[in-house]
Amino acid sequence: MQRVYIYKGFERFWHWLQASLIMFLSITGFEVHGSYTIFGFEKAVEYHRVASWMLIGLIFLAIFWHLTTGEWKQYIPTTKKLKEQIMYYMSGIFKGEPHPTEKTGLSKLNPLQRLVYLGFKLLLVPITIISGILYMLYKTFDQNNIIVIEDYPLEAIAFWHTLGAILLMIFLVIHVYMTTTGKTPTSNIQAMITGWEEIDEEHQEHNDENEKKSEKK
Amino acid sequence: MLRNILLVIVLVILSLVLVNIFHEDDTYNLKLEELRHKYALKHIPSVDHSKLAELQKEFKTPQDVTEACLICHTETHKEIMASSHWNWERVAYVEGRGIASAGKKNVMNNFCIGTSSNQQSCAKCHIGFGMTNDHFDFNNARNVDCMVCHDNSEEYQKGVFMAGYPARTVNLEKVAQSVGSPTKNNCGSCHFNGGGGNNVKHGDLETAQLSCSRDVDVHMGANGMNLECVACHTAQNHKILGKLYSVSPDNSNRATCEQCHTTTPHLNDMINRHSSKVSCQACHIPIYAKVNSTKMAWKWSDAGKLKDGKSYEEDDSLGNHEYLSIKGSFIWKNNVQPDYIWFNGTASQYLLGDTIKSIPVQMNTLNGSYSDRNSKIIPVKIHVGDQIYDKVYKWLIQPKLAGAKEGDSAFWNDFNWDKASIAGMEKSGLPFSGEYGFVETEMYWPINHMVAPKEQSVGCAECHTQHNGRLAKLTGFYLPGRDHNKILDITGIWVFWLTVIGVLGHAAIRISISIYKNKYEKQIINYDDDSTT
Repeated sequence: MQRVYIYKGFERFWHWLQASLIMFLSITGFEVHGSYTIFGFEKAVEYHRVASWMLIGLIFLAIFWHLTTGEWKQYIPTTKKLKEQIMYYMSGIFKGEPHPTEKTGLSKLNPLQRLVYLGFKLLLVPITIISGILYMLYKTFDQNNIIVIEDYPLEAIAFWHTLGAILLMIFLVIHVYMTTTGKTPTSNIQAMITGWEEIDEEHQEHNDENEKKSEKK
Repeated sequence: MLRNILLVIVLVILSLVLVNIFHEDDTYNLKLEELRHKYALKHIPSVDHSKLAELQKEFKTPQDVTEACLICHTETHKEIMASSHWNWERVAYVEGRGIASAGKKNVMNNFCIGTSSNQQSCAKCHIGFGMTNDHFDFNNARNVDCMVCHDNSEEYQKGVFMAGYPARTVNLEKVAQSVGSPTKNNCGSCHFNGGGGNNVKHGDLETAQLSCSRDVDVHMGANGMNLECVACHTAQNHKILGKLYSVSPDNSNRATCEQCHTTTPHLNDMINRHSSKVSCQACHIPIYAKVNSTKMAWKWSDAGKLKDGKSYEEDDSLGNHEYLSIKGSFIWKNNVQPDYIWFNGTASQYLLGDTIKSIPVQMNTLNGSYSDRNSKIIPVKIHVGDQIYDKVYKWLIQPKLAGAKEGDSAFWNDFNWDKASIAGMEKSGLPFSGEYGFVETEMYWPINHMVAPKEQSVGCAECHTQHNGRLAKLTGFYLPGRDHNKILDITGIWVFWLTVIGVLGHAAIRISISIYKNKYEKQIINYDDDSTT
């Protein structure tokens, strides 16, 4: 047994703030959509806008962090062991087999995660945010201080924004469940809170070798 | 180290952003304060007409008063005689009709139908004397009625069925010496009583506004700004701002909220942005006919029933006529929630002699649509009814309604549609086939008055809701909170819950297997607990 530092401070801060913002945005967003009433339409719209600007700001910080620290490389997709990873979740996990891939600070995502998170970052979030910004800027002031409406159809914008929101909710359900598939049901969540995760020594040795190899290269 | 610096920077930025966003903006709306101040100062007239020598005499006829006015106001009659209050028509470009002259002379309505052949009675609301028929001399300055608009003594009153002459009881000297800027009383004497009674036509203009609370009308309320009509309906050379789309077609010379309140009056940007598609009135007049009821429906087809050979009336509990032998049956309502339509400022009216194109006959059509950049959502009163039409010529009949005595073919005396139609259509210069029926009609009245205090304005969720919102009938555009893509919503909900079920199923299998394994291991192998931690 060995404790490994996997999630850095900013990463944890970013993750949890983004998680709470997305959850808050979905609560207020689906209220604006008309699904239920919690805050009342007016407050829901107001809160949704505030939270959306916070999320956009946070995402800019996150992009900056990923680029400057090189952490973006974590998301380079690979098909290596992808099939094994899928098979593990479909059957291996029931039989108590070990994870087909190991987690290290240098490679903390398994091939399935790489693929899904990349889709999350490059498709799902951009679709939702861009459609959301267009939604917000649907009415603007012209140079004469008169309010005008942009010419794109609001119906289409709303469609993409709602689609993004629904997919994000589905992602959230699966994502939260998947955190329970670590060494113990709460070990992944604990790692995301503290940054440290316990990893089997033999795996760690194996990883150390890998790291040495990669350093040699 | 770098991590800590970054974290500090992030937290600082974030807290700044948060403070900025949640900071309550307590800016006071100075624009409104300026308006309040401006209109709190009441106009002091520079002339006291009771001191003028020319007015210190006995006036035999109302025309004598007009002549006395013209001694000083030498050119004013020209302004009056160019106005629509005098001419009862305006020349305007009408979509689909070209340049047309429209006004009370030839526009028909679904209340008392029209003025033609009824001038003797209708002229009660003409600013002239002696309009007995369609041969009125519109060029005779002596017949201009200055007093009906400028009497400040509340003495002046036009007589019933007197072709616009004042009632015989009016003390003309008193009136002439008390003239001044028009008050609510002057404008209201006609505009509150259109259609033959208080609040019959408009729904948002009635005698209660002479002395009402702010809750009824925030502008005219006696405990509020107590504005006169002319405060907003300002005039230059007797050309008065504002008009009504029951008789006016073109988008010009309108009185607007924006002329005082600007296009961006709210401190909240989100609400300001609504004004590209939503009129001020749509949110700020949540209900109309707040005090007395207004007529919502008028069925002429029921008119003419007699009891023992005599006409009769039936009233409801509020004292509104439900039935009149001379006019038919009515539906009255108070505290009415308006209907909402798209409107771009142009309209067209049904003119005498127009062929009926659709049923219900549109007495006036307010043009506009969502896709039209100039259109906004406005509140309207829709007055429905049925009225007499010619089955052969397919046009509405102008019947002669008012008459001096029995036997002069007026419907209100003789209760005979044939005679009334023949007499009315003859005066109108149109043929009558002899075959008549009753056709359904609709008329649109924009609601502009009875603005509520801001606390009572229409809330967001009254329109942005999936269930029975105020704009439920206004389709053809995407309204957030009301509209959604059904396929996406239903599919989304299904996929979401299937995912939840799938995840729970996966978890259930994992849990049951691990329980089974635990038991098995404990029973058979009985290992040290170390391995299971």
